[in-house]
Amino acid sequence: MAPTGNGRLIFRLAVMALSMFAFGFLLVPLYEVMCKITGIGGRTNAEAATVSATQEVSERLITVEFVAVLNEQAPWEFRPTVASMQVHPGQLYDTAFFARNLTDGALVGSAVPSVAPGQAAKHFIKTECFCFTQQNFTAGEGRDMGVQFMIDPALPEFVDRVTLSYTFFVNRPETAKLAKSEAAAGSTT
Amino acid sequence: MSTTTHDHAGHNHDHAGHAHDDHGPGKGLSRWLFTTNHKDIGTLYLLFALVMLFVGGAMAMVIRLELFQPGLQFVNPDFFNQMTTMHALIMIFGMIMPAFVGFANWMIPLMIGAPDMALPRLNNWSFWILPFASGILVSTLFMPGGGPAGGWTLYPPLSLQAGNSFPFTIFAIHLLGMSSILGSINIIVTIMNMRAPGMTLLKMPLFVWTWLITAYLLIAAMPVLAGGVTMLLTDQFFGTSFFQAAGGGDPVLFQHIFWFFGHPEVYIIILPAFGIVSQIIPTFSRKPLFGYAAMVYATASIGFLSFIVWAHHMFTVGMPLAGEMFFMLSTMLIAIPTAVKVFNWTATMWRGSLTFETPMLFSLAFLFLFTIGGFSGLMLAIAPADFQYHDTYFVVAHFHYVLVPGALFAAIAGAYFWLPKWTGHMYDERLGKIHFWLSAISVNITFFPQHFLGLAGMPRRIPDYATQFADWNMISSIGSFGFGLSQLLFAYIVIKTIRGGRKATAEVWDQPEGLEWTVPSPAPYHTFDEAPVVK
Repeated sequence: MAPTGNGRLIFRLAVMALSMFAFGFLLVPLYEVMCKITGIGGRTNAEAATVSATQEVSERLITVEFVAVLNEQAPWEFRPTVASMQVHPGQLYDTAFFARNLTDGALVGSAVPSVAPGQAAKHFIKTECFCFTQQNFTAGEGRDMGVQFMIDPALPEFVDRVTLSYTFFVNRPETAKLAKSEAAAGSTT
Repeated sequence: MSTTTHDHAGHNHDHAGHAHDDHGPGKGLSRWLFTTNHKDIGTLYLLFALVMLFVGGAMAMVIRLELFQPGLQFVNPDFFNQMTTMHALIMIFGMIMPAFVGFANWMIPLMIGAPDMALPRLNNWSFWILPFASGILVSTLFMPGGGPAGGWTLYPPLSLQAGNSFPFTIFAIHLLGMSSILGSINIIVTIMNMRAPGMTLLKMPLFVWTWLITAYLLIAAMPVLAGGVTMLLTDQFFGTSFFQAAGGGDPVLFQHIFWFFGHPEVYIIILPAFGIVSQIIPTFSRKPLFGYAAMVYATASIGFLSFIVWAHHMFTVGMPLAGEMFFMLSTMLIAIPTAVKVFNWTATMWRGSLTFETPMLFSLAFLFLFTIGGFSGLMLAIAPADFQYHDTYFVVAHFHYVLVPGALFAAIAGAYFWLPKWTGHMYDERLGKIHFWLSAISVNITFFPQHFLGLAGMPRRIPDYATQFADWNMISSIGSFGFGLSQLLFAYIVIKTIRGGRKATAEVWDQPEGLEWTVPSPAPYHTFDEAPVVK
């Protein structure tokens, strides 16, 4: 009594369900690409960019604001050294963020940058940034960490204010590694 | 000899050689545990949904009790958040979806003239996953740290801060999703391969059509949710960083994945409701459904559009202008096929000889109140305005209007409509009407004031609020207590009808259309062993 053709249809539907499961994961790289194109998520370059020295400096004045964010009671003191700057697109500027390790052990920090509005993200070019590398802190150490950046003159007309924010995380795997190597060094001496 | 023992003896493969007529239902509990009969499984789904209606409803009562007055009176904020989260998960995955799958199990074979579902043992499995999955979900409330409290949308990083309940919640969602996917495969195979001779696709009752499209939506959307929550799980326990900014992930990505599932889910819930109402309104208007083909195409286009509008749930995450425009306009586009449906239901009634039995009353309330929910949805679709409404009680009012007097009223209407066919007894019409009026009035007292609260700025998912919101909250709470109590009357009517009542005829209603009315009431355990011929 079983109607013929059930098996084929069941197989197709099962394949459809499985491929949609895979599609869920495919959304991850798709989202990465979309973010790169559109600047969703305010992502900026994750590695140092180089800019030509002969860059034309624009007359426009852009306000750049700096924000420091800590999540989940991360054990840092973390703040920008200046709250905001007036900058001309096409010119390189330097600023710094200050961080202090509030624990009595060594910590490795990683900073994740974000730029708002998203449309400005790809026009915010960092040539040097403490976010490119991991930051090692001894117990109680505090120091300034530098950023060198330039606003691309191609920044859309309607943007007159750009916010650069960093969230400073404890890099737990690296911190654990550091603690282990220090313990090993301690035991040999 | 029962069907089940028969199956277990391994003779199932040569069923063709047996006479079916002597197979009655099995005895006692094993009938329900091992049943492969679509009517038994339909009944199980429906009764399970009825029980979960009261579980989820009790949680809603806790929420409204706490919000009766400003300040914290009855529960602590963390438990309040667990209630809002669990209320949504239970009502969506444990109540309304199983209810509609129950309708599908009972009615689709009867409507297309099939003897049973195509995959009866898979059907048994799809159902029996449910109580265990829901049990796991509810059990999280008793774990150290309590149940999930980050909202049913499970946004990270908040959802990752849940305690021991987190992996259980994810596992329960996996199981619930698996149950729906298996059920959907079964429904599609049944509809595609088991229609009676002459039952062409464009002759199928609209309920069957809406379920066919719903089942495809489920197969396309549920696995994406499964993928998304799996990523949450690996982020939490296996060191991946899909959504953790510290490791280069992005929490907003989860919102995209979730709503890629979440928006089709909205239509998964409402399309079967459209189907039920499309069966009821023609019956009590004594006219065929106006614009049948248009209804089918409108349903299909809603199904398609539901996959390209998801980001209207997240206008405020910081999308480029082009994105906001695209999602705003595509969302508004859905209003067109939906309006076609509302127009056709209204046109079906035009110059019909209407009577207002309980199923019709609930369907009419559905028509009016769902449309209100649709209009507030249109307001929310306006991206620049959404920044004001986002995460306020206006959103709560909107989706409760489409889910409660929308989907739930349609399910209740369907229950009254087919109860005589299922049980062989007429329900008590007088009590049914009382139930209708109590429900229709109290549901509006509950949810209409929430529009005002939202427009005035009251955020959702909070246990306490500014005193300026006190009056409307009190009115809303009073309405919700009334609505909760009215549903006890519904349970009473259902039980009373199962136990006895005036005998129902095979037709039940006044010359209704459809094959389900050609079999006796109650529908015999086996129907359409000989396929009917559809002209």
